[in-house]
Amino acid sequence: MSGEVRKKPGLALWLPLILFAGFFALVIWGLVRPADREVASAFIGKPLPAFDLPPATDDRPGLATAVFKAGKPRLLNVFASWCVPCAVESPQLAQLAGQGVEIDGVAIRDRKEDVARFLAQNGNPFARIGKDDLSQVQLAIGSSGVPETFVIDGKGVIRYQHIGDIRPEDVPLILAKLEEAGK
Amino acid sequence: MRRLLIAFFALLLAPTLVVAQDAMPPAPYAYRQLDDPAKEAKAQALMETLRCLKCQSQSIADSDAPMAGDMRHQVRTRIAAGEDPEAIRQWLIERYGDYVSYTPQVKPITWPLFAAPLVFLALAALLLRGRFRRRADNEGDKP
Repeated sequence: MSGEVRKKPGLALWLPLILFAGFFALVIWGLVRPADREVASAFIGKPLPAFDLPPATDDRPGLATAVFKAGKPRLLNVFASWCVPCAVESPQLAQLAGQGVEIDGVAIRDRKEDVARFLAQNGNPFARIGKDDLSQVQLAIGSSGVPETFVIDGKGVIRYQHIGDIRPEDVPLILAKLEEAGK
Repeated sequence: MRRLLIAFFALLLAPTLVVAQDAMPPAPYAYRQLDDPAKEAKAQALMETLRCLKCQSQSIADSDAPMAGDMRHQVRTRIAAGEDPEAIRQWLIERYGDYVSYTPQVKPITWPLFAAPLVFLALAALLLRGRFRRRADNEGDKP
């Protein structure tokens, strides 16, 4: 009987070590792999939820969903005056606006005077700016930070999300996504 | 030495100075509990299982990020309006994916997660059964 138990120790002996090696490899892979901290919106391909935000500055109207159903693709830029990368991307937004792209802004948790100061310093590429004091529109479209830029097609459907500031090299992609949304 | 120390502490403080924060007061229900204790308990239970998207290892109940405050406001006002906690969780999952929920959802990709304990229990039962049998046999062999 006892002889039968000792017959094949091969796999039973090595299995714990093999399991440990597998676990070890998994941990190392998890440590070495560059972390992806961005949370992409799961709302791409879905229509913008209904909202109607009051204006965030005195010289631009507020922002409502209806604007995005006018037939032409637009950019929806989620920004804030207190956000440093938002200032960094302003030349790129100005460039896009200069090429005829219509950009609407949503100012997150911002005061009117701060928005005015921010736009005076960095330029104002926006056609409309809505004031989102409770991040309600931000949550409703699945945006998890500032700045983020959404491509919205002419029917009000979210087609693309750019997370983080728009760098000069990102501009062609944004333009391509706008064109794609316009088809 | 003293200068070094000062430089060291300045370095420690630097990140908090660089991180930009808004000047807005927190959302009304970011730090205020609901008046109805039963509803507040529901909201609290839900908030503890929702991920803060800014500081991703914290729940929105734990985080002081303004966005987490806005999410708490969202949760509390919806619960106060009578919405079901799981409906609110689904609303967020629809927007941010399963990542936003700490409580795993039952769907094909998570089936192994829920099946694993059962599989291990069955395996253990099988192994133990073999052992007990063998021992019983051994004892039976004794004169």
